[in-house]
Amino acid sequence: MISEEAVLAVPVSARDHIQGTPHAVVTLVEYGDFQCPACGGAYPLVKQIQHRYAGNLRFVFRHFPLSQAHPYAQLAAELAEAAAVDGRFWAMHDWLYENQAAWAPRGAAGLETGVRALGLDEAAIAATLRNPDIDARIRGDFMGGVRSGVNGTPSFYVNGYLYQGDFDSLVHAIGRVIARQQ
Amino acid sequence: MSMLAAGTAAPEFTLHSTPDQTVALKEFRGRNVILAFYPADWSPVCSDQLALYNELLDEFARFNAQLLAISVDGVWSHAALARERKYHFPLLSDFEPKGRVARAYGVYDEQHGLAQRALFVIDGDGVIRWSYLSPMGVNPGAAGIVKALEALPSNNIQKALDAPDADARGTA
Repeated sequence: MISEEAVLAVPVSARDHIQGTPHAVVTLVEYGDFQCPACGGAYPLVKQIQHRYAGNLRFVFRHFPLSQAHPYAQLAAELAEAAAVDGRFWAMHDWLYENQAAWAPRGAAGLETGVRALGLDEAAIAATLRNPDIDARIRGDFMGGVRSGVNGTPSFYVNGYLYQGDFDSLVHAIGRVIARQQ
Repeated sequence: MSMLAAGTAAPEFTLHSTPDQTVALKEFRGRNVILAFYPADWSPVCSDQLALYNELLDEFARFNAQLLAISVDGVWSHAALARERKYHFPLLSDFEPKGRVARAYGVYDEQHGLAQRALFVIDGDGVIRWSYLSPMGVNPGAAGIVKALEALPSNNIQKALDAPDADARGTA
């Protein structure tokens, strides 16, 4: 079910992290938390959806770290943004979800593994993490999500409307939108 | 009885927040209050309404607002939940007589013996300014609360004080 009540309050723009063609029929926006197990569970489903509807789908990831529930979610989000400075946002995004079960229990030490795995310059990353713009960006994503009606993680928006249903059915909901518009 | 609507005086209450502490609504005169009635402690965490609000306490404070969450669970359950989930706001226990406060606000589910998932924004004079009843299984998020807080006259004044630049430029 795609809800007509909760609408994306912040339109997708060039400041977003975007995969896929700008002319895609469907824009899928995820508000996610890198330490959230449910987001980790949804990650392979999103990959499947991207693969299945390649060419028709644009995927956008926005930060929604629930820091009190997940103590390293904020640091993981900052790390992804620091990697983004090197053009490696998606590489870090994928690493964080694919290795969530391994790094999450080890906290900051676990996250350092990711920096090394991606071959990023550790000193440069450490310096970037001190940049207040990174915090501001993550907070901006978060509050945009709150205003859009995000109520937990992950939350998905299909062409601007909140998707409310189980994640296994998301692929079908997107398939129907594409079918209608072709 | 149906849920109390905007414009109604918020019924007073005093409830236990811990085994030896109580919280009374009237303590918050002059500040805004967000009352969040919820059915039960210990719902799953990733989709947890209170976990979301816990991340927004600074945002609520900017609007001079205090969050109070209320369920019919007992104080020891509340204490364990707050510790486990690292909640930094009071969980009030509408336990004895059970659901009395939820009933006063018109949000008690008689059939299940639980508070409904209902939100109230109360202003500094103790008047309800916004209320919202969510279906039991649906987490309402915080968009409505933020919008309601922004619409409070006191916060409109605050915004004007925070952003005097436009006027200053006009008279310079």
